[in-house]
Amino acid sequence: MDITQSASMPTPQALRVAKLQRVQDFLFHAITQFFAISVLIALLGIIISLLINAWPALHTFGPSFFFTQEWDVVNGEFGGLIAIYGTLATSIIALLIAVPLSFGIAVFLTELCPGYLRRPLGTAVELLAAVPSIIYGMFGLFIFAPLFAEYVQPALAATLGQIPGFGILFSGAFNGIGILCAGLILAMMILPFIASVMRDVFEIVPPVLKESAYGIGCTTWEVVRNVVLPYTKAGVIGGVMLGLGRALGETMAVTFVIGNAHRLSPSLFAPGTSIASTLANEFGEAEAGNHLSSLYLLGLALFLITFIVLAWAKWMLNNMEKKQGLKT
Amino acid sequence: MNKTTNIDPALFSKRKRANKIGLTLSMSAMVLGMIFLLWILGVLFYKGFSSLDLTIFTHSTPAPGSEGGGLANAIVGSLMLVGCCTLLSTPVGVLAGLYLSEYGDRSRIASVTRFVTDIMLSAPSIVIGLFVYALVVAQVRHFSGWAGTIALALIAVPVVVRTTENMLRLVPGSLREAAYALGTPKWKVAFMITLRAAQSGVMTGILLALARISGETAPLLFTALNNQFFSTNMNAPMANLPVVIFQFAMSPYENWVDLAWGGALLITIAVLGLNILARVVFREKVQG
Amino acid sequence: MKSFFKKALVIGAISMAPAAFAVDMTGAGATFPYPIYAKWAEAFKAKTGSNLNYQSIGSSGGIKQIKAKTVDFGATDNPVKFEDLEKDGMVQFPAIIGGVVPVINVEGVKPGEIKLDGPTLADIFQGVISDWGDKRIAIMNPGVKIPSGPITVVTRADGSGTTAIFTDYLAKTSTLFRDAVGSGANVKWPAASTVGGKGNEGVAANVTRVKNSVGYVEYAYAKKNKMTFISLKNKAGNFVAPDDLTFAAAASGTDWSKIPGMGTFITDAPGAKSWPITGASFILLYKSPENKANAAEVIKFFDFAFKDGKKMAEDLDYVPMPDATTEFIRKNVFTKVVTK
Repeated sequence: MDITQSASMPTPQALRVAKLQRVQDFLFHAITQFFAISVLIALLGIIISLLINAWPALHTFGPSFFFTQEWDVVNGEFGGLIAIYGTLATSIIALLIAVPLSFGIAVFLTELCPGYLRRPLGTAVELLAAVPSIIYGMFGLFIFAPLFAEYVQPALAATLGQIPGFGILFSGAFNGIGILCAGLILAMMILPFIASVMRDVFEIVPPVLKESAYGIGCTTWEVVRNVVLPYTKAGVIGGVMLGLGRALGETMAVTFVIGNAHRLSPSLFAPGTSIASTLANEFGEAEAGNHLSSLYLLGLALFLITFIVLAWAKWMLNNMEKKQGLKT
Repeated sequence: MNKTTNIDPALFSKRKRANKIGLTLSMSAMVLGMIFLLWILGVLFYKGFSSLDLTIFTHSTPAPGSEGGGLANAIVGSLMLVGCCTLLSTPVGVLAGLYLSEYGDRSRIASVTRFVTDIMLSAPSIVIGLFVYALVVAQVRHFSGWAGTIALALIAVPVVVRTTENMLRLVPGSLREAAYALGTPKWKVAFMITLRAAQSGVMTGILLALARISGETAPLLFTALNNQFFSTNMNAPMANLPVVIFQFAMSPYENWVDLAWGGALLITIAVLGLNILARVVFREKVQG
Repeated sequence: MKSFFKKALVIGAISMAPAAFAVDMTGAGATFPYPIYAKWAEAFKAKTGSNLNYQSIGSSGGIKQIKAKTVDFGATDNPVKFEDLEKDGMVQFPAIIGGVVPVINVEGVKPGEIKLDGPTLADIFQGVISDWGDKRIAIMNPGVKIPSGPITVVTRADGSGTTAIFTDYLAKTSTLFRDAVGSGANVKWPAASTVGGKGNEGVAANVTRVKNSVGYVEYAYAKKNKMTFISLKNKAGNFVAPDDLTFAAAASGTDWSKIPGMGTFITDAPGAKSWPITGASFILLYKSPENKANAAEVIKFFDFAFKDGKKMAEDLDYVPMPDATTEFIRKNVFTKVVTK
């Protein structure tokens, strides 16, 4: 029997097709890998480009750039402290307000909400997370800031502002716009985002754990505090970090209401600036040299801060998934 | 024997109280949160609707101090930017997502890419705008719609990659195995079987990416810039809704501010519409 | 999936068809003349079909973008020195004259009701005077009811020619201001409560929204938004209100042809009726531009503006350049630009 004609051997035709398919598969692998790597290359490109453009400033000012208050365009003296303070202050205020509120919303949606309301309310929260941030900025400038200046700021100054020492946070003119206002607008912006992440994370808790707690007579609050929270700790922190990442990088919502003043003031009522709004305001006009380079350096700093926060968030969320056995 | 249980009434009422307080706080947090969010949307719809009429679609942006005017050039510009960005980011994102799901279990590159993609998902968009300015605008010496498209694509691609990968992973392995058993080459399995099966999920991802970039302002500030006239030339500054809203809202002219609210409403409707559409498409797939 | 891609490709191809024949020029810079440039651009488009896309990003932005060659012309109220013009191979000419006006938002005060002089105004912007109830303001305004309250100073957050003109005036009239703050497109405003606005628009918007604030804007912005301005004491000792007559009076003494690079400030001008914070806005062009066709069209645009745009300028309370100056510009500046 001719070995090439045996039924178990592939025909020359089949061999040709097989070879072709091998080439095609190789190309498929190569092309998809190329596009996947392009994402990596994009990130690397961003970091390298920022570094190259920021290098002159780093070289001139050194690491003390991040602690210097000066932002003098005329004399070429730049320091990032004011912008970094603004970014951090507004983000921390936003977190302080948004996290407890989101926690409440997440608890409500998972434990308290009547069944028929659960889907629509949950969808509503997710949709609100999609609203573009410029809307929040406009709302802040036109509606919120005047009301804030008219009612809230005097009230705060009269109450919390009277406490010695702490009161300096609430001193100064009642402009409406400023660090505190920007922080509040940011809080409104990241609220639906953190709430939906927390809700997703709370829903993953195995019902068996909660049922057993209920079974021995725990109240709903005790179940949340002692069963759900510890179980979802990593996920909650991850969600909070994600919200923080968004707040740190937010441009539009903040630029409208932060007041755009390059000054450092102990009062939260005072106008200030954040890294993102400094970039939005000054990038279009900064001439090559220390000014432009300092702006790139600020951008690099922001990118790195967000990178670290997000990497930590991802690690936390990964830990949560590992616990459930979804990942090894 | 009728022994009473060991309930300490004081402790029990304390726990009940704590429960009530905690749940009331949670409920009020929900109400407070909802109030703010409904307030914002309510203001947006009220102010936006009162300035929405047909002239918004037929006239271009007015000069400062001129009466009337519309947002026609900005709307068309935004549609073009978003459209071109989708054309650019869909193939890149889908193919990268394919790589991550088909080859991603054993590859080191894949896990790094996944990590990087998640970071890029939340990267500050203004920094991306800076990068594209340095890379594109400064090199070719003019602002352009293409630069804006590239900046938007850098934001959209991670969204598409992530959702594509997640959707593809949901396709049951048995489907793939059946195809392999018939001797189908890997690329055919990927395109004809897996991708087709996950098609609505992938569409959802693309729609979500679209929704995300429709509202982005910062990356367009230094790339596409803005244009007060009607133009379809992608190689020149391009009017777009978010930057126009930014400029008009911060201005003192009443008709500009009204147009800003109208534009903001248009963007929000588009974004919410896309999100709802994405959900509907996905749900149909799951059910049907 | 395939048909979706096909459709998308077709739509994308159609959208790439270039607009035919109209010359599209891009200029960027000062917000000071933005209202009149935009009006001129509308009229020019109606006449010739060419689009002059002007983006008001501030004077410093205009200088940067023209230096980076990303636009066809730059506009700045902060004139570039002749040596720098020569170094970069550019020409500069004034296109329009206008006035910078201090504006306030104080309850019950009408436009022009409050009268101040240079040193007092400088003290307010420096933060030395920080309350509307301050005696130094009351002394200059007997009989005017000014409610007291902390002053919020609204300045420019971006590099601005309007700031350059305004601070030039303040530094000229107050040595305290000159030594402590100085003048220029970007200064460090020392007042404790300072808010920054982007462009003249941002300052106008902030002043209208924040109570007890004071800021400075180009007059077209103040007039259009019916803002409350301050009357100032000029060099001759008279209190004047801003309008195109007082701006023209201030500019009348300047002989632009004698200044190399045509760049100068005209603040604190002599003359009984002169508005003390008058200034010109300049255009920057390359002598050897990369896009010659666009440069030619830009020159055509300003030629049109000088000839036919006078009434439009006066309607907005700007002062058009006098004919002698525009003739000089045609003969000595436009000719330096290589357009063929």
